[in-house]
Amino acid sequence: MSMPLVWIELIVAGLLVVSGLLVLVAAIGFVRLQDFFLRMHPPALAYTLGSWCVAIAAALYFSYLEGRLALHPLLIPVVLAITVPVTTVLLARVSLFRQRAADADRSVATTVQPRTVTDADRHSG
Amino acid sequence: MSLWQRCLPAPLLSVVLLVLWLLLARSTSAGQIVLGLAISVIVPILTAKLMPQNVRIARAGLAIRYGIRVLGEVVLSNLAVARGVLGGAAQRPSAGFVSIPLDLRDPVGLTVLAMVTTIVPGTVWSEIAADRSTLLLHVWDIGEEREFVSRFKTHYEQPLREIFE
Repeated sequence: MSMPLVWIELIVAGLLVVSGLLVLVAAIGFVRLQDFFLRMHPPALAYTLGSWCVAIAAALYFSYLEGRLALHPLLIPVVLAITVPVTTVLLARVSLFRQRAADADRSVATTVQPRTVTDADRHSG
Repeated sequence: MSLWQRCLPAPLLSVVLLVLWLLLARSTSAGQIVLGLAISVIVPILTAKLMPQNVRIARAGLAIRYGIRVLGEVVLSNLAVARGVLGGAAQRPSAGFVSIPLDLRDPVGLTVLAMVTTIVPGTVWSEIAADRSTLLLHVWDIGEEREFVSRFKTHYEQPLREIFE
C-alpha cells in the first residue's frame, strides 16, 4: 500500500462528516417544512448522497485495513435506490388520495352545511 | 420457446445476481462461483412468471451516459434541496405539482423513470394516469413550468425511450 493510513482515515472521516451533515439537513427539513409533499424531498438527501458517502467510506476503510477489496458496502445504496421508490410512490399516492377525500368533504361542507345553518338561524330568529 | 430461453429467461438478471453473489461472498473461489451460478440460473426461472416482460436494453452506451447524467443531477439536486431547507423563507423555492404529458409507454422504461425521479431529491413521482399518458410530479423548484417540462422530457424521458423501446 502506497498511501499512509492517515490519509485514508482523513478521507473516510470527511465522507462520514458530509453524510452526517446531509442526514441532519434532511431532519431539519422535516421540522421546518410545512407541507407533506415538501417533506417528501429532504429524505432523498439521506438515501442518495448520504448513504453513498457512508458506503464509499466503509469500502475504502475496510479495503485498506484488510488489504483486499471490500466492495459489498456499495451494494447498500444501490439496493436502497431500488427499494426506496416503492415506499415513496406509495406514500405520495396515499397522500394525494387523502387530500382529494378531504377536498371532497370540504366542498360538501361549504355547499351544504352553511345553508342548513342559515336556515336554522332564520327559523329560530 | 427454445431450451436456451427456458433455462435462462432473463440473462441480464442472471448476470446481476452472479455479480451480487460474488460481491457479497467477497471471493471468486471456484465454490462461490458454482454457488453463484446455481442461484443466478434458479432464481430467474422461479421469478419468470412475476415479470411482465423481459428487460431489453437497446443502447447500452446511452444507458451508461444516462446513468452518469442522473448521478450528476442527484448531486446538484441534493445541494439545491439542502440550500432550500437551510435558507430562510425568502429562499424557499417555488414548489408544486407539474403534470407532464408522457410519450414513454414501455413499463420497464416507466419503472426506471419512477426510480430516477424518486432518487433525484428535487422531484417526487406522485401519480401516473391509468393510460400512462400523463405523469403528476411534485417538484421542489419548478422555475418556468414550460421550460421544466421540456427539459424533463428531453433529459429524462427521451433517452429512456431510445434505451428501452
